[in-house]
Amino acid sequence: MVAAHNMLFRTLADPTRRAIFERLCRDGEQTVAALTARAKVSQPAVSKHLGVLKQAGLVRDRHEGRQTHYSAQLSALAPLIDWTSQMTGFWQSRFDQLEDLLKRMDQ
Amino acid sequence: MSQTRSVVVEREIPYSPEKIWRALTQPHLIEEWLMKNDFAPAVDHKFRFSADWGGVDCKVLAIERNKSLSYSWAAMGLESVVTWTLTRTGAGTHLRMEHAGFPMDRNQAYQGATYGWRQFIGKLEKLLETQP
Repeated sequence: MVAAHNMLFRTLADPTRRAIFERLCRDGEQTVAALTARAKVSQPAVSKHLGVLKQAGLVRDRHEGRQTHYSAQLSALAPLIDWTSQMTGFWQSRFDQLEDLLKRMDQ
Repeated sequence: MSQTRSVVVEREIPYSPEKIWRALTQPHLIEEWLMKNDFAPAVDHKFRFSADWGGVDCKVLAIERNKSLSYSWAAMGLESVVTWTLTRTGAGTHLRMEHAGFPMDRNQAYQGATYGWRQFIGKLEKLLETQP
């Protein structure tokens, strides 16, 4: 579990790589050329980042003719999602807001 | 049945149960601390909390004026239940919120990841800072 976390964190720590991954999450499957057009780096650099993302299980590639299409693999993020801690944070902040409201309300 | 976990938040609040009840059950007040909504204090009433990131589909399950309120809470691919309990104390009210039903099995965690990734990505930088 710890090793899986480390790999995901290391992989997503690079801002360019993270931007590529976020784009695949948002816009769905893309070719390297389409990703390069929006990235601030060269096509070989984009390909290299995609290779690292693929190793971490964060993207999958699909070959079609001479094009390679990449898509995000959201299931790879599952080890990082801890519902109880996320929701505890959510409700703690809502309790703070509720108390603020009560202070402002009339009796 | 898969195993589930729950989140409990409890606070001593220096106001009466009646006042807190209003904040928990009147739509314009709920909106101020939680989310926009079309809540109504009636069992089986279906309502929705909405926010810029999406929304939560709910149904009132049980209600006892000034004492307890529970509603189902379906969001990000997960079905859960939120229960509020108000207990009068000398200084005000003991307010307890239990949000129950978070799955421990992998399949649902995956569904959650699919729906929750947008929020997750936003928090990633912060998360990275806190990791050793």
